[in-house]
Amino acid sequence: MTLALFYIFAAVLVFAGLRVITAKNPVHAVLWLILAFFTSACLWILIKAEFLAVSLVVIYVGAVMVLFLFVVMMLDINFEELRKGFWKFFPVAAVVATIMVVEMILILTSRNAQIPGAMLVETGPTVADLGRQIYTVYFLPFQLSAVLLLVGMIAAIGLTIRKRKNTKYQQPGEQIAVKAADRVRVLKMEADARLEAPADKPAGEQQA
Amino acid sequence: MVTLTHYLVLGAILFALSVFGIFMNRKNLIVMLMAIELMLLAVNMNFIAFSQFLGDSAGQIFVFFILTVAAAESAIGLAILVVLFRNLRSIAVEDLGSMKG
Repeated sequence: MTLALFYIFAAVLVFAGLRVITAKNPVHAVLWLILAFFTSACLWILIKAEFLAVSLVVIYVGAVMVLFLFVVMMLDINFEELRKGFWKFFPVAAVVATIMVVEMILILTSRNAQIPGAMLVETGPTVADLGRQIYTVYFLPFQLSAVLLLVGMIAAIGLTIRKRKNTKYQQPGEQIAVKAADRVRVLKMEADARLEAPADKPAGEQQA
Repeated sequence: MVTLTHYLVLGAILFALSVFGIFMNRKNLIVMLMAIELMLLAVNMNFIAFSQFLGDSAGQIFVFFILTVAAAESAIGLAILVVLFRNLRSIAVEDLGSMKG
């Protein structure tokens, strides 16, 4: 029963993967990729790795694929142009991929590559076990991955942010660093010299 | 009875498929990124299969970290793609020669 399920899921997964790379429309490719991720989550549940199966669905299908869909739909790309010469590399690609897959299958199914005692564990590591390990043994990598996500977020925002030229911006740094001397200029004025002007005026009139 | 070899062979097929995809979609950056995601999926499949068949949970934790890195990678990759499209009005890989001397 499990074996039959495995073969069904594997067939769906390989077909979906094939459609991802041959689909004419990238939106269809994204949808096939979602199917591929979902099917491999099913395959992981089949060997009792339920935590990662669920997180694959949540992270990939829920977040990353939505991001892909957004980008594919947002960009106005002529995909017909990009499809030109699609079959140009087919011979090379087919040869390389076929040799790779044949080699790997030969290696993996050979007698020497079999690991003695490789049995599906009765009760694999549960979510509690994984959580305990992440927060004890792998605590530093866990925190580093949080930093990595922060860096990724800042990088993505910093790359795509667009400043408009005619919009006025505040600059908080300069606002905070300002001093009273920058804002108010105290001028020294001479004592008023104009008081004597009326006395001059009649003299000027006399000259005229 | 599902064995370790079943999963490893499936991972190998998936990996070769995505190499094939990268070769075939040499112009289309988006599908190339998707093929890389598929490749990471194949690697994760191997990790999980080894972890579950050999009874070692380190593999699963590693997959957890790979998922994190892959999410950050695709976010930045797509951001670069958007900037590229904004500047060049195209995402064809051939047009990306401006760093060439």
